[in-house]
Amino acid sequence: VTLVEPALAERVLERALARGGDFAELYAEGRRSFGISLDDGRVERPSGGRELGACVRVVQGDSTYYGYVDGLAEEDLLRVAESASQALRAEAREPVALEPLHRGGGHAVATHPEDVAVDEKAAVLRACDERARGLSGEITQARVGYAEGRRQVEVFGSDGRAAADDRTRVRLSVQAVARRDGRVETGGDNRGGHAGWELVAADPEQVAEKAAQRALALLDAIDAPTGRLPVVVGNAFGGVLLHEAVGHGLEADAVQKRASIYAGRMGDQLAAPFVTAYDDGSRPNAWGSDGIDDEGTPTQRTTIIEDGRLTSYLYDLVTARREGAQPTGNGRRESFRHVPVPRMTNTFFAPGDATPEELIGEIERGLYAVSFGGGQVEPATGDFVFGVSEGYLIENGKVTAPVRNATLVGNGIEALAAIDGIAGDLDIASGICGKGGQSVPAGVGQPHVRLRELTVGGTA
Amino acid sequence: VNLEALAGRAVELAGDAGATDAEAWAEEATSRRIRVYDGEVESLSDAGGRGIGVRAFVDGRSGYAYGTDLSDAGLAEVAGAARAAAEAADPDEFDGLPDQFGATELDGLESPVLREWTTERKVELTLAVERAARARPGVTQVENAVYSDAEGSVALANSRGFSSGYDATQAWAYASAFAGEGADLMTGLGVQLARDPGSLDAEAIGAEAADRALALVGARQPESRRCPVVLDAFVAASFIGFIGSMLSADAVQRGRSLFAEREGDEIADPALALVDDATDPGGPASAPFDGEGSPARRTELIGGGRLLTFLFDARTARKAKRSTTGNAVRGSYRSAPSVGTTNLVLDPGEHDLAGLFQAAGDGLYVTDVAGLHSGVNPISGTFSVGATGRLIEGGEAGTPVRELTIASDLVSMLQAVREVGSEARWVPFGGSVKAPPVLVAEMAISGS
Repeated sequence: VTLVEPALAERVLERALARGGDFAELYAEGRRSFGISLDDGRVERPSGGRELGACVRVVQGDSTYYGYVDGLAEEDLLRVAESASQALRAEAREPVALEPLHRGGGHAVATHPEDVAVDEKAAVLRACDERARGLSGEITQARVGYAEGRRQVEVFGSDGRAAADDRTRVRLSVQAVARRDGRVETGGDNRGGHAGWELVAADPEQVAEKAAQRALALLDAIDAPTGRLPVVVGNAFGGVLLHEAVGHGLEADAVQKRASIYAGRMGDQLAAPFVTAYDDGSRPNAWGSDGIDDEGTPTQRTTIIEDGRLTSYLYDLVTARREGAQPTGNGRRESFRHVPVPRMTNTFFAPGDATPEELIGEIERGLYAVSFGGGQVEPATGDFVFGVSEGYLIENGKVTAPVRNATLVGNGIEALAAIDGIAGDLDIASGICGKGGQSVPAGVGQPHVRLRELTVGGTA
Repeated sequence: VNLEALAGRAVELAGDAGATDAEAWAEEATSRRIRVYDGEVESLSDAGGRGIGVRAFVDGRSGYAYGTDLSDAGLAEVAGAARAAAEAADPDEFDGLPDQFGATELDGLESPVLREWTTERKVELTLAVERAARARPGVTQVENAVYSDAEGSVALANSRGFSSGYDATQAWAYASAFAGEGADLMTGLGVQLARDPGSLDAEAIGAEAADRALALVGARQPESRRCPVVLDAFVAASFIGFIGSMLSADAVQRGRSLFAEREGDEIADPALALVDDATDPGGPASAPFDGEGSPARRTELIGGGRLLTFLFDARTARKAKRSTTGNAVRGSYRSAPSVGTTNLVLDPGEHDLAGLFQAAGDGLYVTDVAGLHSGVNPISGTFSVGATGRLIEGGEAGTPVRELTIASDLVSMLQAVREVGSEARWVPFGGSVKAPPVLVAEMAISGS
């Protein structure tokens, strides 16, 4: 499907540079979404939509002028280009002729979710509900959500860039409620990817089972301990720690404004030599992957930490140009209603040599943080907070009682330096990352990782 | 574009497609956003958008669809998609349009001043915010200063004959300032919101960002303790917003609120009075009618320490044999209405911040919390969240502190409120909340 004919794109770019500018871009997008959920045993809230729109921006020095509009009508695109150019006062500049359209790829979709009957989607929700409730009489509620989305994207730049991508994502999430006497606990899990219906169709009940098990475990949970303790962080969603405590601080916009604790630290040894980490937007079918980023740069694997040394920041076109660096395919935006900013794709620690059992076995008293309910970081200071949604005490090298209401508080630089063991069981989970009012899908992951010591804020 | 006519046409088309009842919400908005950095415009946008969302009911089932194509064919596609989506839902005997509709007369939702301001003048205001923050000695950086405004129109029509619309304007500005360097760097936020840029005080916004950061320079991790805690207006608003979401009848009916079964109970100190008010002209979420056409009103939620009511839309009200409180809320035309808060207003008390410090004696003044949404268990209400602020020493703000958590549970915290401050302000956190600072008698602080 072609959203904008190249000839029209060239006219829009020419209009955008009519009063000068280093660079102009037209980003066009067709979006489709559908979602449905099950709650309290009932399938509800089926909702879908289609949008078509475009964003035009003109970059001049360190300034970006942009506008966006619903629809792709020629007069609207030209008007937005005109409006974006209004603030400039220089000579018109001629855009370079567009290259042939480069199509991103690498993320096979076997069954497009829009080709699957809604009844089949409802059936998956019901199967998840049944599995969660079937696990124990103590599971009293389950909430199951399914969402699919397709984004067809075309990017045309005044430097001749022309690129397109066709992205399909699906996500299944389950939240289970367990109740015993007066006590109520919730547990959740999800599965998502840049993939088709096949990702959901393969044993979806597994997601429900994990959610229910988490809720059930919490029924026996004791209040979390308080103080500085060794912490083993679980694989998959445990990687939100890397995402929050390190990743955001490596996004080049924060670095260039000295709003990152990692500014000026390139090449420094920040972690032990066995620590390596990547941002990889090209990882096949991963949740945070795309064929190209939202500026037309092909996605790639970027080594952000190699053998403990800081090796790369994450760039979009504007930040890369500012310091003469190569763009890393991290220019992402929520939709045509936003301008791209440097964002992580899938960020994860490389696997190490240890096993989770070895990491835990060496701890006398500590916390095993299996999964987080979320996290937050102030990139300027590196200070972070994570709520532990599934956690256990570690006593004499063994995982013992489940704990509730544990919070991990710390600082990114300190946490990196505190890593003293990495296991080999890398897994990647699907998260939604918010920054500057834009939400994008972000893959977070890691194998089991051990930190020598971290502040645990509990309620005990 | 006549939005009411478009909404009416979409309702008609949903009926043609076989819906027994239907409702359409149409929206049009233009917005501007200016971001400055280091005395220069970093980005400037000028944008417009419009769209429509249709909710279709078929025999007790409901489905939703939205789109941006407002041609007759586009409307028919959206209406048909909503009707088709409804097939997938299970029937719900309580679902459906409200039994009564109406629009409350509200003045002051739009200001003509917004249109009088040129882009250049708005840029100048944003630069003034940044300058004011940088002017404070000790400020090492202003990460950004942002101005944003929006001018929008909304129309709602349904198959029972309701059709109405309104216009509203918003303008807001904020800045994030840094003080200190390296590992000692601390950040501060200054923000104001209004109906037009003429009501924004650039000097005050910049100064607030600077002062909040400067107050934290030299912060260290404090020792763990139990002590009185003063939550500043930003933090109090975040907690109030979270509590408001727990008062949704939908959360209650689905067994996901710690306040279920607590209606009429004393859940807070008598000093605490909380209102959901969709009619306050200063409230960003004020509107003549809610997301399904129920007239706007003012609902007392907590009074004299008692939980007076939950928040209802038509469906949850029918299920509970109550009346809607006009709390069917929509994010935009892209989402179906669901139960939510409009503007939450916490009644102010007698003493200013200094008075609260005096009353606290020795304790903690919290100016920022992190991880509220992951740190609170929505069912039990227990929480442990990251915090930044200053110790209160001998009745005055003292040593800055960071890397600590505060823990309690929401009901214990509400009951431990000792005093509500006098200086209430609108805060865009936790939804739309107007809150003063609050003194809580005791909370657990976890540090070193």
